[in-house]
Amino acid sequence: MSKDTKKIEIFIMGKQYLVPGELTILEAMEYAGYQLKRGCGCRAGFCGACATVYRIAGSYQLQVGLACQTKVEPGMYLAQIPFFPGRKAVFDLEKIKPTLAEFAVLYPEIFRCLGCGSCTKVCPQDLDVMQYIAHLQRGEWKEAADLSFDCVMCGLCASRCPVNIVQYNAGLAARRIYGRHVAPPDPLLAERVREIEAGNYDRDMEELMKASPERLAELYNQRDIE
Amino acid sequence: MPYPPELRELMKKVEETRPSRVNVHYPRMTPEERAQVLKEYHPDFMEEAFRPLQVGVDRGVRLPLEMADIFEADSRLLSAELDLEHPEFDVDVLVIGGGGAGAAAALEAFSLGRKVLLATKLRLGDANTMMAQGGIQAADKPQDSPAIHYLDVMGGGRFENRPELVRALVRDAPGVIAWLERMGAMFDKDEEGRMITIHGGGTSRKRMHTARDYTGAEIMRTLRDEILNRGVEYIEFCPALELLLDEKGRAAGAVLFNLETESCHVVRARTVILATGGSGRLHYQGFPTSNHYGATGDGLVIAYRAGARTAFADSIQYHPTGGAYPPQLLGLLVTEKVRSLGATPINVRGEQFVYHLETRDVEASAIIRECRRGLGVPLPTGTAVWLDSPLIELTHGQGTIERQLPAMLRQFARFGIDIRKEPMLIYPTLHYQNGGLAIDENGATTVENLYAAGEVAGGIHGRNRLMGNSLLDILVFGRRAGRHAAEKSAEIRPGRLSLEHVYRYQEELEARGLAGQRVSPVLLPRYTHGAGDK
Repeated sequence: MSKDTKKIEIFIMGKQYLVPGELTILEAMEYAGYQLKRGCGCRAGFCGACATVYRIAGSYQLQVGLACQTKVEPGMYLAQIPFFPGRKAVFDLEKIKPTLAEFAVLYPEIFRCLGCGSCTKVCPQDLDVMQYIAHLQRGEWKEAADLSFDCVMCGLCASRCPVNIVQYNAGLAARRIYGRHVAPPDPLLAERVREIEAGNYDRDMEELMKASPERLAELYNQRDIE
Repeated sequence: MPYPPELRELMKKVEETRPSRVNVHYPRMTPEERAQVLKEYHPDFMEEAFRPLQVGVDRGVRLPLEMADIFEADSRLLSAELDLEHPEFDVDVLVIGGGGAGAAAALEAFSLGRKVLLATKLRLGDANTMMAQGGIQAADKPQDSPAIHYLDVMGGGRFENRPELVRALVRDAPGVIAWLERMGAMFDKDEEGRMITIHGGGTSRKRMHTARDYTGAEIMRTLRDEILNRGVEYIEFCPALELLLDEKGRAAGAVLFNLETESCHVVRARTVILATGGSGRLHYQGFPTSNHYGATGDGLVIAYRAGARTAFADSIQYHPTGGAYPPQLLGLLVTEKVRSLGATPINVRGEQFVYHLETRDVEASAIIRECRRGLGVPLPTGTAVWLDSPLIELTHGQGTIERQLPAMLRQFARFGIDIRKEPMLIYPTLHYQNGGLAIDENGATTVENLYAAGEVAGGIHGRNRLMGNSLLDILVFGRRAGRHAAEKSAEIRPGRLSLEHVYRYQEELEARGLAGQRVSPVLLPRYTHGAGDK
């Protein structure tokens, strides 16, 4: 961090701090003196721990972002949502059938969707959340799985939903049901597992394990590459 | 922050030479060239960054300075008042760590009918697993075999890997993919359901299974959901401060610490599995890291105090492609899948200078060399080289990046950079602890009833891990450790819990004048980003 960086004013939970303008929200909190326990995870936009709501002074509009992936702005009023108490339906993946009727038992609230689009507007991953909920309402597993796949489960969609849908959990359930019961399993995989269990590769492997380091290096350097 | 004018100017060189580089095969290094670039440029060969350990079972073993520091530190429990006679939790198997290895171990032990408790420092799933983007290896294609996979792993590890661990890794691999598939994890597949597989650095067959560039996230959220569905007991925000041993010196539990209430909780367990992950947040040699916030090497320390031996703990992996620009992405992972799909490193003159899929240690060393030669791209935060991502769409067609690298596309787009059209700027970043606690093929450490799985364990990858073998390793050894710890727990009669080993270790520190300098485990890093610098 260069020392002549220009400082900007931000407000963490209403309290004013001066921080260098190129920091992310997460780094700005640390610069201000926080050592985060909650609200900080992978620091790279994959884990959804650091959902943050903010408003820029002078504007009425609430905005959201992942604290680790969003730069601070002058006049930013911010607060983190480190945990969201959304419901997760418990299910037995082996027993459940990929039918709308069974899914409706798990997540009946998806049918109460008002179509307001708040979930889509708020998603820091820019997913079309409302659309995947619409696919779920029609039992279109593949489409729902595809559209929800990049979800980091930060919980912001559920926090804004007027009818209390927990979109991120419904999406995950749909993907698992699709992956287990709808998408065809890889035919080669089962065959290879059988071959290994039958000991088909044991001799090749033992030979390599017994080889001297020199011999192993020779084999390695001469191996053909697909 | 979009590229400023001076970088746009330099980028023109990359654009100029790009048409002449499409589908041109750059030669791989010879074995001699590989050995030389490692010796001269790999951080593991910088002797001044290491020192021999002065205390414990591995006294005299060479460790990175920052790791030696946490080994030669005071326990956090020296003056704590604990009631070890009346443990708050009494379980068969205690799993410490809630990443991929811990989750796999807990599921396996639970499915064998044992009473399991999983304790983790942050949230369940807060781990490097979640951030692994590129893929997971398994030899499941007709042109491939576990033996070919074995040879790739050994070569990547510079032939120092423990053979029986490598055999376990490659033998279990197809079964692990099948296990994940049965749990509904969505891998990239073709219309008939066949896995689409690609190369990684140092692979001789296309055996990298992917889930876009969210492979680790897909695996982690599947495992986490299954833990919740099955009702496995878990506690979040509760790292272990020390292991507890019984009167025979066998692992018998742990002291957990509630980060929020700052209270201690005693757990008695018949067997203990450590799955606490790596240590990138110790920032060896001042490198930025691609690691999770919680990767502070806690499990290494508490196991070492309990007498567990280490293996290859001085071997650290620097991922060739850490983000170098914008500064907000400094050190963050640019997945190897970007190179698997054909992007190549390019110097400031617009020239490729290394084959793009050398093993990580070699690729990283070649990038460091290029920068030291003055052929890097100068930045306020250091030097970097280009990673020519637009090449991907020229070879695989438009739309490939959006389909195959949505996380990368999104991450750079947030800062105004379109990696479909503009190359990325990268430099090696601290990525992985190749070594750790010594284990056997069942995950057993040298301390009885103590198991280790995942990044905290060592020996599987020798001195350098290949891409796609850590997502594999955590599941292979997580499941193995879970199974064996569960079976073993049925035979054990719990003894008296004790922290004697911690007090004895402290006496050793005092005898060598090393006590009172710092405390460990570290638990959480402390970052200030220059605050207080005047």
